[in-house]
Order: sequence, then C-alpha cells, then structure tokens
Amino acid sequence: MTIALKTRLPGGLGSRLGGTLIAGLSILGVIAFFSIIGPFFVDEVLAQVGSVRPRQPPGGDFPLGSDAQGRDMLALMVHATPNTLKMGLIAGVIGVGLGSILGLIAGQFGGWIDAVISVISDSLMTVPAIAILVVIAGNIEEMSTSVMAVVVASLSWMFTTRTVRAQVLSIRERGYIEVARVNGEGPLEILFREVMPNVMPYIVASFVGTSSAAILAIIGLEALGLGAQNEMTLGNTIYWAQQSSAVLRGFWWWWAPPIVVIAMIFVGLFLTSVGFDRFANPRLGRRA
Amino acid sequence: MTPLIELRGVKRTYGAFTALDTLSLSVPDRAATIAIAGESGSGKTTLARILLGFIEPTEGQVFYRGKDIATMSAAEKFTFRREVQPIFQDPFDVFNPFYRIDHVLEMPLYRFGLAKTRAEARPLIEDALSRVGLRPQDTLGRFPHELSGGQRQRIMVARAVLLRPRLIVADEPVSMVDASLRATILDEIRDLNRTLGIAFVYITHDLTTAFQICDDIVVLYQGKVAEAGAVECVIGAPRHPYSQLLVSSIPLPDLSRRWGDDEMQAAPEQGDRPSAGCRFAPRCPHAMDQCWRVDPAHTRPDPDRLIACHLDREGAKLPGADIAQVFQSRNNAAQSMKGTAT
Amino acid sequence: MSVSGKSVSGLNVSGTSGPILDVQNLDVVYDTVSGPARAVNNVSFALRPGERLGLIGESGSGKTTMGTALMRLTRAPGRIAGGRVLLDGTDLLTLSPRALRATRLRDIALVPQGAMSALNPVMRLRRQIEDAILAHEPRTTQAQLRDRIAQLLTRVGLNPAVADRYPHELSGGMKQRAVMAIATSLAPKVIVADEPTSALDVVVQRQVMQTLGRLQAGLGAAVVLIGHDMGLIAQFADTVGVMYAGRLVELGPVAAMIGSPRHPYTRLLIDSLPGIDVKRRLAGIPGLPPPLVKLPVGCPFAPRCPLAHDRCRVDLPLSQEVAPGHVVACHLYPDNATLPPLTIKAEVQP
Repeated sequence: MTIALKTRLPGGLGSRLGGTLIAGLSILGVIAFFSIIGPFFVDEVLAQVGSVRPRQPPGGDFPLGSDAQGRDMLALMVHATPNTLKMGLIAGVIGVGLGSILGLIAGQFGGWIDAVISVISDSLMTVPAIAILVVIAGNIEEMSTSVMAVVVASLSWMFTTRTVRAQVLSIRERGYIEVARVNGEGPLEILFREVMPNVMPYIVASFVGTSSAAILAIIGLEALGLGAQNEMTLGNTIYWAQQSSAVLRGFWWWWAPPIVVIAMIFVGLFLTSVGFDRFANPRLGRRA
Repeated sequence: MTPLIELRGVKRTYGAFTALDTLSLSVPDRAATIAIAGESGSGKTTLARILLGFIEPTEGQVFYRGKDIATMSAAEKFTFRREVQPIFQDPFDVFNPFYRIDHVLEMPLYRFGLAKTRAEARPLIEDALSRVGLRPQDTLGRFPHELSGGQRQRIMVARAVLLRPRLIVADEPVSMVDASLRATILDEIRDLNRTLGIAFVYITHDLTTAFQICDDIVVLYQGKVAEAGAVECVIGAPRHPYSQLLVSSIPLPDLSRRWGDDEMQAAPEQGDRPSAGCRFAPRCPHAMDQCWRVDPAHTRPDPDRLIACHLDREGAKLPGADIAQVFQSRNNAAQSMKGTAT
Repeated sequence: MSVSGKSVSGLNVSGTSGPILDVQNLDVVYDTVSGPARAVNNVSFALRPGERLGLIGESGSGKTTMGTALMRLTRAPGRIAGGRVLLDGTDLLTLSPRALRATRLRDIALVPQGAMSALNPVMRLRRQIEDAILAHEPRTTQAQLRDRIAQLLTRVGLNPAVADRYPHELSGGMKQRAVMAIATSLAPKVIVADEPTSALDVVVQRQVMQTLGRLQAGLGAAVVLIGHDMGLIAQFADTVGVMYAGRLVELGPVAAMIGSPRHPYTRLLIDSLPGIDVKRRLAGIPGLPPPLVKLPVGCPFAPRCPLAHDRCRVDLPLSQEVAPGHVVACHLYPDNATLPPLTIKAEVQP
C-alpha cells in the first residue's frame, strides 16, 4: 500500500509519503475544500430556521431534504462543517501548542520544573475529561464556538506534553546533542535548534490525535445540548434532530448527513495519523 | 615547557566504584600522539571525558596550559572548549538527522567566531574536508543518511580540525567504521598531527593501530595504569602480564604464531574486582602470593617505561603513577635526536 | 554473466565421505530500484566435515549475503536466483519450508552478526535455549533440558548458573558465547558464523574464537567463518576464500593463501594489515569496490588492480586450479607460476 513518490522534498521526504497518508490528506482536503468553497455557493440564509418548507425528503429543490424546523439540509451541512472544523482546529492548536511548550520545558530542564509539569499533567490525565467538560459547559452562560474550543483545549494538552517530554528526554541522550555542546551551542539554542526539529514529527502526529479527540468531545457536548445552541455545527444538528425525534419520525435525511460527514472527518484524520507515522519513522516503511 | 594538558593525581569514583585510579599524566605542548588502551571497563572512556572537561575528577586537578580547569573564567573555558575537540565513536549518532551535514560544520565556526557568514565559512569547511580526503561536492548539501559510515566519520574528523584545536581526543574513532576504511582514516588523523601540529589522544582497544599512529601509550586495566611508555617498548616488548596478554591476542596473519584452541584464562565476571591486591591477579599466569595481598605501586624499570607489577623488583619507584616522567624523557630524547624513525 | 556448466566445486574430497557442505554455482540477487544487484555471483566451494573455512571480503563483497543464503534466510528484496546448496547430499534450496525448518539448527546453524542483539532481552537465557531445543525435540523432559543446558554452557566456557540470567546481565563476550551455545545445542554438522567477534575487545575476541574452535572440534562440525579481518581468519581457518564484488576470487589452504597468494586482491588485503613490528604508512586498498548493480565488464577488480592488463577489462576470468586444492579467478594464470610483485597504484579518489 505504500506508494513511493519521488518528489524533491527535503530530508528525503519524497520516498516516504505513503498511500495511507495521501488518502487521509485527500479526504481531509475534500472536506476542507467544500467547507471553504461551499459557503460561497450556498446561501447561509437557507440554513436558518424557517427558510424553507420543512420535513421535505431529499429531491428536487432540496438535494438533502429539509429538517423539521425548515432548514435546507445541504445548506446546513455546508455551513455547519466549517464551524465544527474550526472549533476542532482551534482546540487542537491550543492543546498541542500548550502541550508542546510544556513538554519541551519539562524534558529539557528537568528538576522541579519537570516535576511540577509532570504531576499536573499526569493528574489531569486521570480525570474523566467529559465529566469536567460537561460541568464547565453547563455553567457557562454565553457559550460560543470559540469558547467551546477553548474549554475543550484546556483538557487536551496533557497527552502531547507527555509525548513531547519523553521524546526530548530520549533525544538528549543522542550523540549529536553532545556534538552541539562542543560546537559551542548554549542550552536554549540546543533545545530549539537541535532538539525541536526532531520532536516536530511527534508534535504533528499529536496534533492530529488531539484535534480528533477535541472534535469528538465538542460534538459530544453539543449533542447533549451543551453547545452554542444558536450556531450551526454538526453536533448541534444531531441535537436538534434528537430533540425533534427525527429517528422515530423517519427523517433519516436529518440525522444521516451529519453522521456521514463526521465519519469522513474521522477517517481522514485517522488515515493521516497512521500515514504520518510511516512518514515520521522511515523504518516502518520499506526502504527502496 | 608548560604541558598542554596535565592531570595531577586525578582519580574518579562513582560511589564505591573506582572508574579511574590515581594517576598523573601530561600531554606535552608539541604535537604528541598518545594512545590509551584497554578493554571495556578499563576506565579509558572516563579518562577521555576528564581530558575533554566533560566530567570532573573526584580527586586531583586538571590543568590546561597551566590553568586549573575548575577555576577557569568563562572566557578561558570557552578557549579551552575550542582548543580541545573530541571525535566520537559512533558515526551514526553524532549527526542531527534533521539537518544537512553542513550544519555540524558551520555551527562551530559561527559559535567560536571563526566565520560570520556562510560565505566566510565555506572556504574553511572545504579546506577541512579536503584534509580528510573528502570532496566538498560529494558531501556538502547532503543529509547524513545519504552518506556512508566512513564518510560520516571523516566529516567528524573535519569538524574537529576546523577549529584548529591544539588537542583532539579521539574515542575509538574507527571501531564502528568499515574495516577497509579504518587504516585510511587513521592515517589521515596522523597526517593532521604532522601537518597541523595537533596533538591527539587516541583511545582504543586495538593495539595494532595504536602502535602505528602513536608514539606513547598508556595501558589501563580496571581503572589503573598497568603499563605506560613508548609504543616500541610497551607493545614491542611488553612486560606487564596484561600487556603481554593484549599483545598476544592480536590476530596476526602469521602462521608461526597461531593461537591454537587452548583454554585461556577466563575473563572476570562483570564488575568483579578483587578487594585487595593486584587487580589482574585472577587472570595472571605469574600471580605470586604477594599479588593477592598488595596492590603493586608504579615503578620505572626502563627510562621509557612505567609499570605496576610485582614482577619488577628493580625499577625505581614512581608514586602516583606519574606518567609525565616517562613521556617527557622520551620527548627530550626525541628532541635531541631530531626526528624518529617512521 | 553466468557461467554455464559446473565450475570448480569440490576441493579435495579425498577421504571416505564426500563434502558435508557443497555449494554449487550459488547466485543471490537483490532487486533494488536501480536494478538487480548480484550480491553472490556464481560461487562454488565445498567443505569437508570438520573443516574450517574462512570467507573474507570487504563490506559489500557479498559475504554476509552468502552466509544467510546458506541457510535460506535471504530476505526480500534479496532472492536466491540459482545454484545448489547441498548439505550432506540434500539440496537445501529445494526443501519444503517444513523440512527446512527441521534442518535449521539441527543440521546447520547460524551465529549471526550482532549475535549479542539476537538474544531476547526479556527472557532468561534458559528459556531461550529451551525454546531452541524444544522446537526440534519437543519430547525432551525438564530434567533432560536442565542437564543439556548445563552441558552446553560449560562447553562454551560459561558457568551453568548463567542460564538463569537475563541477557543484559552478561558481558559482550558472554552473550556471544551464549549465542554459540544455542546455535550448537543440537550438534549441527555445519556452523556458519558471520563476524562473530565484531565489537568485542581483542582479548575477548580471542577467547570467543578459541571457544568456537573447541566447540567445532568437539562436534566434528564444519565451520564457515565470515569476516573482514585476514589476521583473525588466518588464526582460525584451514581454508580461506576471498570474495570480491560477489565473486569468489581465490580459495585455498590457509598456508598457501597467506604465504603465496595468487590473486592480487588477496595480496593487497594481506599487505594492508598493519603489524606491530615496524611503523609504516597505513593505507587501505585505494579505490572502492564496484557497485553491485553496475558491475564492470570483465574482471570486477580490474579498476583497482595494479597488475591489470587489457584482457582483464574485457574478459571475466574463470576459476582455475593453480595448485592442489587452490583455485583462483585471474587472467595472470596459468601463464604465471606465482603472483608477480605488486606496487600499489597511486591514490584513487574514493
């Protein structure tokens, strides 16, 4: 399944891009493309309550039908997907960014800094995140998509911290770090110039994992009705569908599209993450 | 003349374990070539790291050009760092896989102020590469995994030379390099000594190459100097039973001196050191009663040799293994003779 | 370019039994992106029971590939492309996978390169030896296993108590000997040792080689020792074979190979060994071996050979016998009786 690509990318990258990674990135690319381009072609108004005839099955004017509150499903999907992705991205970036910095500091400096960071990160990891998130989300009065993203990010940094810290500790033992020292590089310079580039693959992989988890958490919270209820997101769609008993009433075109889109997002993220692993660790793939 | 590096009464312990027993050694400030030989566990790597200033001795002092390393100012330390450079054993691990090999050659030039821009650095780098028999067009701009082990190690030698150090400490520089390239790389190192006057300390377990490229040698056994002196003496006519064992174990393509399959003295179990007496007693074919009770002091049976063995009864006593004596005298003799046989 | 018909395979098969290991026209090819690399190119040799063969070559000469091919352990992208490997008359290359598994370890054993990492770090030594024995003799009782393991370890000079240790508790030399104990646990007829002493100190190296020698003599097994150190091979082997660019360029008794080698490459290999009697300029053989995907026409050693002449660059030399039990593939023969004096060519840029 590994297709060897001969592109001229640095570090011998070309031969390591595999089919899995391409597939994953393609799926994500397609979703992202439609998220960005879609809103220009489909009017947002159609996705709002009461804009079209409700309860219409797919066909004719409404390719994906309309829901019980008069939203055009296609328009809803086109506008909800970018919102969900945006939240996931923000949560992912904050979570991984925070986690990486803490991990780098803990690994490089050791001592009490490491002890403090590790204790906090390890304890928080054992806490059931969803439960905390439910409590937090339930108590916020003005929920918006950005706030939701931050809330979820606050509990998604720990895994990255641990991974990055472990990598830093391992890299510090390598010969080239000692060479860097005799070359006259100072400790901070070693951290950013020598250590970090080698931790990057793990950070990127972590990002994919963290974003996936964040999106899942966000969708979960929204489906429970704790999201920003007036915004158009995939999770909220599911919530609305639930509230209107769409399953019982046979409005499959209401609850199926968001699920399909969510599934595609996760498959894309998963394939990217697996494919990226092969990229980051060339020994997993076959050497040409 | 002030020696380049001087170890006075240096000892290094880790808790109850003595990695390196008290010794004094000086590397003279003229392109000296000193081999430090021993098996794993002999303390040779510890000695190398003390010379490089990576670890501090538990006892004793290390002087660089007359200054105690422990009390050097930041500026003096910086100069020391530049003038004493290492070559490590593993040619794979010493390169940051993220960067092209240019990185490891440019960084020291920038950090030590020998070049400020890439344009300034380039001619210096090309010069260093050609000194180790590499062509810039074959190596610069490449990633470490694109080069062979031999090429990588040569780049490390080039890196060491780039800063025009006074001393290079090479820790088993060719043991992980393909056998067919070892001779060439070692010869290049010896050439650097001759043409640029860089002293080097060559850490190895291979006595053959030690003989070929060094003038003096220190044989370590379990942290203690067993024998030291001119290579022609110590390797050509070893007197310490351990040196004799090492030399006789060299595989030579000489059918008149075949090993045969006879039982050899078994190597000691890991970490097993006798608590009293000579460390080598358990393996020594000549072990006497005394050897089990008293750790032999260092003596000087010949002008160019130092030994720690009860078998030597006539040699003058040399407390604290002052190897400086043995090397210095040879250096003085060499200076007056103006050039040794090659 | 393969040679049709049989090239010299049986050396000196005097004696009651035929060769225990008869390799005939063995070809091993690696399918690389740049084309097929002929790592083992029409190699033939034969071993009598109890004989010690040393195979020497630079890195890239195909010697390790040869070692794994003998046990049919060649892994993709390598494949055995031709020839026969007759172990006591049976062609290993045509055995069914089941029969092959039964043969391995029982009749032919491999002590691989980096054998120290061949031990499972999370299992005690005892279990690893037991696994090997039980795979072939599943009905051995616990008591029998205990005795056998104690015997095996003593035979390699290790204290039987070592069986209850983990690999990381043993030194490099001890691990190597442990691996040899496992390899010989079923008294194989042929032992293939691929650089068994790389990364070992010189004294330990000697001990390990002597252990191997005693083991082999005790079992009456034949040994194929693969390495790059002519000194080491000279100390150990009865017969020496020199490999270059996948071909066996010379093969003969150790005394003749050291005393009067016929192939220029062999001579250069011996000369490039530094000794401890006199200081001289250390030099390897100038130049590099040819890439196996792009072998030159004619003799593969011609570009580096100080005695090469026109014919060498056009015609591939075939193996010919120059003395009883001594074959060489070189155009200098049979016109010359011995190797003419050599001077090393000027430095070739690597």
